[in-house]
Amino acid sequence: MARRTPLNEAHRKLGARMVDFAGWDMPVQYSSVIGEHEAVRNAVGLFDVSHMGEVEFSGPGALETVNALISNDLARISDGQAVYAGLLNEQGTFVDDIVAYRFSPERIFICVNSSNREKDFAWMKEHAKGVKPVDRGDDFAQIAVQGPKAGGLVQRLTKTDTSKIGTYRFAEGEVAGVKSIISRTGYTGEDGFELYCAPDDAVKLWDALLTEGQQDGVKPCGLGARDSLRTEMKYALYGNDIDDQHTALEAGLGWIVKLDKAAFIGKDALVAQKAAGVKRKLVGFEVTGSGIPRHGYAIHKDGKPVGEVTSGTMGPSVKKPIGIGYVPAELAAEGSTFDVDVRGRPVPAVVVKTPFYKKP
Amino acid sequence: MADSIPGDLKYTKEHEWARVQGKVVVVGVTAHAQESLGDVVYVELPKLGATITEGKQFGVIESTKAVSELYSPVTGTVVKVNDALADNPSTVNTDPYGAGWIVEVELSDPKQVDALMDATAYSNLLKSA
Repeated sequence: MARRTPLNEAHRKLGARMVDFAGWDMPVQYSSVIGEHEAVRNAVGLFDVSHMGEVEFSGPGALETVNALISNDLARISDGQAVYAGLLNEQGTFVDDIVAYRFSPERIFICVNSSNREKDFAWMKEHAKGVKPVDRGDDFAQIAVQGPKAGGLVQRLTKTDTSKIGTYRFAEGEVAGVKSIISRTGYTGEDGFELYCAPDDAVKLWDALLTEGQQDGVKPCGLGARDSLRTEMKYALYGNDIDDQHTALEAGLGWIVKLDKAAFIGKDALVAQKAAGVKRKLVGFEVTGSGIPRHGYAIHKDGKPVGEVTSGTMGPSVKKPIGIGYVPAELAAEGSTFDVDVRGRPVPAVVVKTPFYKKP
Repeated sequence: MADSIPGDLKYTKEHEWARVQGKVVVVGVTAHAQESLGDVVYVELPKLGATITEGKQFGVIESTKAVSELYSPVTGTVVKVNDALADNPSTVNTDPYGAGWIVEVELSDPKQVDALMDATAYSNLLKSA
């Protein structure tokens, strides 16, 4: 039996098509993936992301403990700020990708992927030297409010001055009378918030956002739109673009790896890889022939397999078939060409600058 | 949806339809099929003059998320393909029984359409699913 978020009943009432996602019964779409995608690009969309996991480290030394577990640096940010980071293993490949919230040096809150929740917690428990993690996954529901009108919508429902919450910053407050962590983060490339609240309050918050958002053209959005939105931004998805087989440097996520900070798991491997040269890279490409690249399709050069597509779709906003995949470093430069093996048919593709989608 | 199944077409259990016009049939996918697929973004069509076989794959239909095979309801030669789907694949969603048709096939044996389901049988299939 798949797990259900507190909003499961609300999704069904809205006519969502439900699918099993990482053991959770989740909405993949309500009306149309493209319609929901466009609502987020042009107005505002709501996503139930309550399936995401949360882990908290509290007590003296919390910051140092977490910093030894993740690739980014919590010492470089302020209280009230968050960072995207890799939770890496000794090989410098991914256990998961996470967002770490710094409430204070003694309280760090981490959001992890639903599919990795148990694995991550076990990993953190085993490797945490100092403060022990607490699994808080059952204590939070999470709603993502994303799109150019997200700021206005959330502001009308809260007394917290959201203009003071910059990108990748957060505040604690009330939204629609619901105690929330109001975080200016998201996975769509648009302005927006991720609101964490108690599971019992989730329906109240969801309904208030839907009602108040009518004037903005708000749409509830499913996993389908979430995937096409993030693909257009070349945001990595664990299990597709990043995993325990590819290092953070190969994934093009060097910017979340602070090799000059104190030791963290995976650092030595990445320092060595950087010195030796990264031999394969995750690139974004556009298909110039006819076909849509999909996860798992082979990438060929001169008829020989050289890499693999990790994500691909017809980009609803870029209106082109786009893909993400690993290729040898010599094919990673913008303008490099190769073929995607679309069901046995070679379809030409070219490496392009990402994100694929740029605000008009 | 089930209430919009045209009475003058034949159907397969894979949710294709066939409009019989003498020796030629027009083939498409049903409203139920397009609804399950979601937004259609690409249709891979067979070549003009290709021979396609009943129950065998003759093309591919892709939605934002999924890749699905198209199975031919009949055996015969492709005499027309709906090239307009290259530019407007979403026509399959908006008009599955009309402008969203996929191919026209000249039947190798006109009697083979007798084996296909009629609207009532197809409607029952959807109800039992």
